[in-house]
Amino acid sequence: MPVVLVTDVLVWLLVAAAAGYAIYCRRHAHLAGPWGRVFRSPAAMASLVVLGAYVALGLLDSLHFRPALAQKADAPSAYASEVLSVLDLGLAQLRGRGEKTYSAPLATRSYAKELIEQPDGRQLRDFPRLRFGGAQLHDEADWAADVAQRALGGLAVSVLLSFVVLLGTKILKKKRPDIPWQAAGISLGALLLLAGPAVALSSVYHVLGTDKVGQDVFYLALKSVRTSLVIGTVTTLVLLPVGIALGTMAGYFKGWIDDVIQYIYTTLNSIPGVLLIAAAVLMMQVYIDLHPETFPTAVQRADLRLLFLCVILGLTSWTGLARLLRGETLKLSQLEYIQAAHAFGVRDTRILARHILPNVSHIVIIAMVMDFSGLVLAEAVLSYVGVGVDPSTNSFGTMINAARLEMSREPVVWWALATAFTFMFALVLAANLFADAVRDGFDPRVRM
Amino acid sequence: MFAYVVRRVLYAVPILIGVNLITFALFFVVNTPDDMARMQLGARRVTPEAVEKWKAERGYDLPLVWNAAAQGTGKATRTIFFQKSVRLFVFDFGYSEDKRDIAAEIKARMWPSLALALPVFLVGLAVCISFALLMAFFRATYLDFWGVVLCVAMMSISTLFYIIGGQYVASKVWHLVPISGYAGGLDAAKFLALPVLIGVISGIGASSRWYRTLFLEEMGKDYVRTARAKGLAESVVLFRHVLKNALIPILTGVVVVIPLLFLGSLLSESFFGIPGLGSYTIDAIQAQDFAVVRSMVFIGSVLYIAGLILTDISYTLVDPRIRLE
Amino acid sequence: MSGSVLEVTDLKTHLDTARGELRAVDGVDIELRKGECFALVGESGSGKSMAALSIMRLLPETGRIAGGRVLLDGNDLMALPEAAMRAVRGRRVAMIFQEPATALNPVLTVGRQIAEVIERHTALAGDAVRKRTLELLDAVGIPDAVRRCEEYPFQLSGGLKQRVMIAAALAAEPEVLIADEPTTALDVTIQAQILDLLAKLQAERAMAILLITHDMGIVARMAQRVAVMYAGEIVEVAGRDAFFGAPQHPYAQKLFQALPSPEKRGAELSVIAGQVPPLTGTFDGCRFVERCDFAYLRCRREAPELIAIPGDRAAQRLVRCHLREQGLAPAPQGAPAAAQEQGRLLALNSAPVLAELENLGVHFPIRKGLFKRTVGQVKAVDGVSLAIRPGRTLALVGESGCGKTTAGKALLRLIPATAGRVAFAGRDLAALTRRQLREGRGAMQIIFQDPYASLDPRMRIADVLAEGMISLGIGRDAKDRMYRMAELLEQVGLPLEALSRYPHEFSGGQRQRIAIARALAVEPKLIVCDEPTSALDVSVQAQILNLLKSLQDRLGLAYLFITHNISIVEYLAHEVAVMYLGRIVERGTVEEVLGSPQHPYTEALLSAVPAVDGRRSIIRLAGELPSPANPPAGCHFHPRCPKAMPECRAAYPEAVQLGGSRSVSCVLYRASKAASSS
Repeated sequence: MPVVLVTDVLVWLLVAAAAGYAIYCRRHAHLAGPWGRVFRSPAAMASLVVLGAYVALGLLDSLHFRPALAQKADAPSAYASEVLSVLDLGLAQLRGRGEKTYSAPLATRSYAKELIEQPDGRQLRDFPRLRFGGAQLHDEADWAADVAQRALGGLAVSVLLSFVVLLGTKILKKKRPDIPWQAAGISLGALLLLAGPAVALSSVYHVLGTDKVGQDVFYLALKSVRTSLVIGTVTTLVLLPVGIALGTMAGYFKGWIDDVIQYIYTTLNSIPGVLLIAAAVLMMQVYIDLHPETFPTAVQRADLRLLFLCVILGLTSWTGLARLLRGETLKLSQLEYIQAAHAFGVRDTRILARHILPNVSHIVIIAMVMDFSGLVLAEAVLSYVGVGVDPSTNSFGTMINAARLEMSREPVVWWALATAFTFMFALVLAANLFADAVRDGFDPRVRM
Repeated sequence: MFAYVVRRVLYAVPILIGVNLITFALFFVVNTPDDMARMQLGARRVTPEAVEKWKAERGYDLPLVWNAAAQGTGKATRTIFFQKSVRLFVFDFGYSEDKRDIAAEIKARMWPSLALALPVFLVGLAVCISFALLMAFFRATYLDFWGVVLCVAMMSISTLFYIIGGQYVASKVWHLVPISGYAGGLDAAKFLALPVLIGVISGIGASSRWYRTLFLEEMGKDYVRTARAKGLAESVVLFRHVLKNALIPILTGVVVVIPLLFLGSLLSESFFGIPGLGSYTIDAIQAQDFAVVRSMVFIGSVLYIAGLILTDISYTLVDPRIRLE
Repeated sequence: MSGSVLEVTDLKTHLDTARGELRAVDGVDIELRKGECFALVGESGSGKSMAALSIMRLLPETGRIAGGRVLLDGNDLMALPEAAMRAVRGRRVAMIFQEPATALNPVLTVGRQIAEVIERHTALAGDAVRKRTLELLDAVGIPDAVRRCEEYPFQLSGGLKQRVMIAAALAAEPEVLIADEPTTALDVTIQAQILDLLAKLQAERAMAILLITHDMGIVARMAQRVAVMYAGEIVEVAGRDAFFGAPQHPYAQKLFQALPSPEKRGAELSVIAGQVPPLTGTFDGCRFVERCDFAYLRCRREAPELIAIPGDRAAQRLVRCHLREQGLAPAPQGAPAAAQEQGRLLALNSAPVLAELENLGVHFPIRKGLFKRTVGQVKAVDGVSLAIRPGRTLALVGESGCGKTTAGKALLRLIPATAGRVAFAGRDLAALTRRQLREGRGAMQIIFQDPYASLDPRMRIADVLAEGMISLGIGRDAKDRMYRMAELLEQVGLPLEALSRYPHEFSGGQRQRIAIARALAVEPKLIVCDEPTSALDVSVQAQILNLLKSLQDRLGLAYLFITHNISIVEYLAHEVAVMYLGRIVERGTVEEVLGSPQHPYTEALLSAVPAVDGRRSIIRLAGELPSPANPPAGCHFHPRCPKAMPECRAAYPEAVQLGGSRSVSCVLYRASKAASSS
């Protein structure tokens, strides 16, 4: 039975909007040109591949359902209370193989000693074998060989696929020689080379270890991707209409409208961001806690909290965009083609829609891509502060938060942090590089 | 000039009132004091008496904005709005959940905050400007290219990792400094060294790249070509002509945060156990201590507005075009 | 050659652009002799500025010198290491730039910016530097040097800033001064001052000047020798008198024919067809071949060399043209016949007034102090009265900041008037409701100065043209409008395919045609032309002027032509109004006002325009346009007026009718009127 979460709807709406925008861009030279410049940048193409991989994960994780329970043929179908996503299906192996507690990457034994009952009845305090990690090994001495064999097997598949990719870039290069396909190919190849062994190993090992309650860290990281993407994109969806409307109106109408809008954003701006978000999230938490009846399932509650977080982030961060748009609109409204429109008696609303909006759209695009990485980073900090996503939601913030306390253990439990770091770094770096290319492509002079 | 400053200060008043109204709405209208009480006392199974007692102890047992039962001016003053929001204007913050005077707490905690934030600010500014100048001087060379790459990479790392990583390396691996804690006086140095270093490093990426853009933008201007046409060396052009112009947006841009230095840093303080306002805020958020959060919101806004006024003043000081007009 | 101070041989400069490598300068030879002023003339994109920057080795980062030598007293500047080149810049070769507003560092004092040259290139130090700085400020005619020395560039007017630039350039007494369009950003009266100053300094110091300009008038005024650049090459070199007497290269001839002048009134200006070829490609033949009236087969196959004209013994004249090589001369085209329009004009003179301004005022408040109280008014337009008749052109002339554009926009109600009356076709516009005003918008339209800012870059030409028609309900449906758009494009001489394209695909001149078509789309009776050609090259300007003229003849349009270019007025306008500081000082027919100017300001303005034939003697105006926020008491012009009398200070003189249709606001004529009426 499909389950439709609010953020799912928004995510797929965004996908539809992006597709619509892409079609629109192809038809309009003034938009196709800048995007063409973006795609001609090797850094943009390479980071686009990485972003694409993340987005694919996020989209697979945005199709939710409740699995049917095994039933007799004639009985009415019943569904589990657990809400899963398509991604969970693909990762069923990872998800199902929980250990008791921490284990290091690729380990066969747990991180913590336990009392183990020996076959001869004696009790021994030792690191117990994991239930799943390396369970297929009869003799742990074979571990190294087994790992190497599986890794090489995975690598072989990746190398094969990489060759296909290489071939593909060669063909594409012939069709569109101006686009740096090699850069995209190299970054896709690198992803494949990492993914191949990881997939091969993950069938019998915990490639990146397990966390405190024994969940596979690799699985957690993959599940966290969606949260980051939702925060990074849905927030802008909230922020854009407010920022665009108020910014252009302030710049175009000037006078008292400008005064009022400027007052609103100076006031909002003057409350330090984290505090305003914290205050709003606290209040939201109180509301959620006291109205449990509104949220039928825990997943829906967590989802709504995620949505609220996006809304709050959006409502507190539109001021920057509005300020930029106000300035640009002030400049534009002095331009001669706007005056020409006035000379034709064109109505203000029409001037705003037909002249101002298209001519500030590059700023909106740039702001959107530039905000993305900041929002992904902000999620981690907010979750740490305790005003981020619901603790039950998988996110890099909750991962870091859970893992950081273990840095003081001896030996250090480093893998969860390292995983969160790597996944976040790759995402944010790709987003930053792509944003740079977009800014250069659209307008190198816009300062942000 | 004087009239200008006065006007800016007067302009701040409606903004502060706006901030006050927003916080009032957030803390008392979205959720009533009753909700807060139930939340604090453990959600569902709370007796109405306990709620009333909780409210009375904190002075939340008043009507929100209008007290019809009170006498004379009491109708307006014997309300939550007046007692809890309007009184913020005279820095009367009330008491925290653990019954301490918030104002006194803030006074005591802002110095450790400043001791951490000020060095981060000053050293960070110097480091970032120098790095940006270096990149601008060697623009379009490999040094510049890799400098920018480094900046983008550094700004892609969450502050949390800088702190956790720095703590791990400096305190656990090298045993250079204590992992956390604080002491007054000169002893503070050994506790502050690491957080300051981390604060500076975590800011390098974004700031240096931004300043580099400003420098390059200035270097494309006509007066730079004029300066070169005079036969001046590239370093003279950079230091005498470009730096002076680019510093105007840089300095006036950072002035706004100077008052906010008192607020300290949320993350560093909490990780390093520095008893400043940042860790105070985080503790309050985690303990859901609404009175403290409300006070910090207000203080933060006051400081930000002070920063705005300082920005305007600093413009008039550094930019002759504004100073002399 | 003896006596040459700077010798440029085969200079090649390439620029990296998105479209590939652009050969901005492609084999240029210049010989600059000691103490002479050598003008390098060309239209935009000809490579003249790049050539100048290459000599200084100050190219933008996308540019590089691809070849050639620049000998300064025998030393090749191109071969010098950068450090040695820096010792040359400012010391032996100095340069001044077009835009004094941006060429000075805004946060350093004027004195500092001059002193740093002295410190860099001379042994002077301390007080001696300051003394020298003050001397230089004196030398370039900056009054009150001691005070000015401590001021920042923004406190100085444009003319003073350019003087400061010149002072800094002279500080180390260079042998060569390269002046890149030094007066283009300045008003004519200020331009005259700066040109005088340059000529004086050149004579005093025996300094050679390489003058880069697009203005033939300035060349005639300043240069001893001239080189014309076209598409990265020099096409003609000659002494000034010989050049102006009979230009030899077909391009140079065309440039002169495209200049508007009173003699060409009523006739079409000669235009240069087509556009400058892109410099990213290579050329087999002559670069001008596509636009040349005399081109023949050889011109396409073989690139001409720059050679001396056979028979010119002194070898003073060089031309890059196959015709010349063979000793043939392209016959200069005969002057086009003047049109017979006198009769029709007389009839129109009595036509009812179409638009009328009566005592129009546009005042902007100056707010100051704690509560932004209004403490004064900038009287941008202060009591202007004008009448425009159908089918006629009224030129509104004045320097920048005099309020002419504001007056034009107030006529269209793009800026609200604060005083006076605007009537159109007998109806008072102020009395109209918003709705009526909107509906009446179509009758008055405007064409702007900057062809790049006047079209929305995000709209296809079809949408640009349709906007006004849709807004004003012209055309029954889309098909009808489409039909009309096709007609409009034909009228302005653009192909039908233009409709589906975007503005960036068109050149400046084409965009201005589109802007004209857009205005015509709503069937206006009056068009305000706000400096429509000042951003265009001479050859393109001629096309636009021809178009405007033919449209007027065909459609009976009235123009309010706002300009500072007197020669356009002489060519195109029927009546003239001269504005100074928000007021009209003299108006009348073109013949009256330009033929025998009566107001001292009109006289000075006309005389300051550098003319190709050098026919006018120059009346030098002291000082600059005062601020309209604080105009001088009495006659606004009296502080600069060569004929000022004590009574000028007392009150602003009334406008006086001086026979015919001329009126003048000057004390001189009040006296004469009083005399004649008594």
